[in-house]
Amino acid sequence: MSKFITILEGLDRRWIFLAMAISVAGPILYIGITGKTLPETPTPTARAVYKEIEALSPGTPVLLSFDFDPASGGELTPMATSLVHQCAARGLRMVFIALWPLGPQLIDETIKRVILADYPNLKEGVDYVNLGFQSGNESVMKVMLTDFAKAFPITKNGVAVGDVVALKGIQRVDNFPLLITISAGYPGAKEWIQYVISSSGGKIKMVTGCTGVQTPGLYPYYPVQLNGLLGAIKGAAEYESLVNSSLAPKDSSAAVPAKYLEAQRRMGPQLGAHLLMIALIILGNIAFFAQRNSKVRATS
Amino acid sequence: MAEGSPRIMKRLVPMWIAIIAGFVMLLSAFFPITESLGETVGEIFNVVAAIAFVLGAGSLAKVNLAKISRRDQGWGYAAITLICFAITLVVGLGKIGVPQSTQFPLLGWSGEKDAEGSIFGWIYEFALVPITSTMFALLAFYVASAAFRAFRAKNLEAILLLSTAFIVLLGRTFAGVVLTGWLPDWASGLRLENLSVYIMQVFNTAGNRAIIIGIALGVTATSLRILLGVDRSWMGSGD
Repeated sequence: MSKFITILEGLDRRWIFLAMAISVAGPILYIGITGKTLPETPTPTARAVYKEIEALSPGTPVLLSFDFDPASGGELTPMATSLVHQCAARGLRMVFIALWPLGPQLIDETIKRVILADYPNLKEGVDYVNLGFQSGNESVMKVMLTDFAKAFPITKNGVAVGDVVALKGIQRVDNFPLLITISAGYPGAKEWIQYVISSSGGKIKMVTGCTGVQTPGLYPYYPVQLNGLLGAIKGAAEYESLVNSSLAPKDSSAAVPAKYLEAQRRMGPQLGAHLLMIALIILGNIAFFAQRNSKVRATS
Repeated sequence: MAEGSPRIMKRLVPMWIAIIAGFVMLLSAFFPITESLGETVGEIFNVVAAIAFVLGAGSLAKVNLAKISRRDQGWGYAAITLICFAITLVVGLGKIGVPQSTQFPLLGWSGEKDAEGSIFGWIYEFALVPITSTMFALLAFYVASAAFRAFRAKNLEAILLLSTAFIVLLGRTFAGVVLTGWLPDWASGLRLENLSVYIMQVFNTAGNRAIIIGIALGVTATSLRILLGVDRSWMGSGD
């Protein structure tokens, strides 16, 4: 036992790194080979996101703000895919914007992955439009409250917003009944709530998908200012399972494409990593108490 | 006059810009008649924010060039940063390798800088995305190492923190369902996945709301000090 404690006390952190690599790689390989994912039971916050989008009638404009970059794409890209998937299936008019400089590229990737691949009948500029990035953070939000076109005067392709059919009837940000943000930090979901939702007097509803770090900070706004919340990859997996089950053809047993299972596939590595963390905390505490007891014995 | 001018430009002008812009934004939130003024200030801010990118680029070049010229420790990294920065800037601004836009075929440089096949698009897809994703993924390794060394049940508070962490860690994965899924419906509140949600919605929300209210009060006080010209530390002085 004492030898085990000695090993624990002097454990090189590279062994921990190796253990983490194995606990993450194992499930990735297993899920990659078998294609099996873990079942998800959606929590009320994920259900709320689904319901808010489902409640909109076809043709309703929705504002989708991609406020993240590829660094947090592991958590947020599956959410973006599922959110756009549901909006496209519902026939909503999607207006994409970004308050992060790398957001427009992520919007283009999502459009390519979901809309161009599975909804080729949707027309750019009519059913969806990418307005690109605008610098200014909260100030852009404030300008959108009074004049949307001043905040985003042209699309990413350089077309004046006045000529874009998808923006018909949009003068101010509160002309959108629903705002969907995918947020990795500042500016993000919190700023949207503080500067737009609280100023709109309840005209706009908002749902968000955010990183795990942001999630605890957004719970205080749910369900009054924030109508739905997808927290980290777990929230993404719950929402993804909801969207997939609702969009799956009733009379078909065709497999769901892998791109619509990304979040659920990533729950496997998350399980491995969480179990390892718990094991490491327990082992660390065993070493700590053994060391403390030996010190007490030595002094007495 | 010679001594007074820098003081006016460096201290008084920025202070009055901040005071006027701050009051305009404040009033525009309460009086609809001043809404357009607030909008104008917002637009000015957006333009300044765009110019800040140029300032940031200049600052990046200045800091790294100074490191290289002094041969500071790790100056090679500074050189790599500058080379990468220069390459990205040139291929982005020059739209090198960008295919012509199908929408505006007669206009030169009308293609998108990050279009498929462009060098900028290649840098984004094959350099930026893997690098940033890798940096983020490394967190898992460091968090695991830190958990092993620092997460100790030293006292009651630490034990409570540890228990909460275990519930949330298990409840946010399928392990929670496996471990406590057998509990009957009348005790479903004790299932790990439900306990995890309960912790986030009740304890976390209560604590976070207290923090948010405290921050809001602090922001109000600091904003008032800036608006009234009492706090000038944002100008980089020790006032």
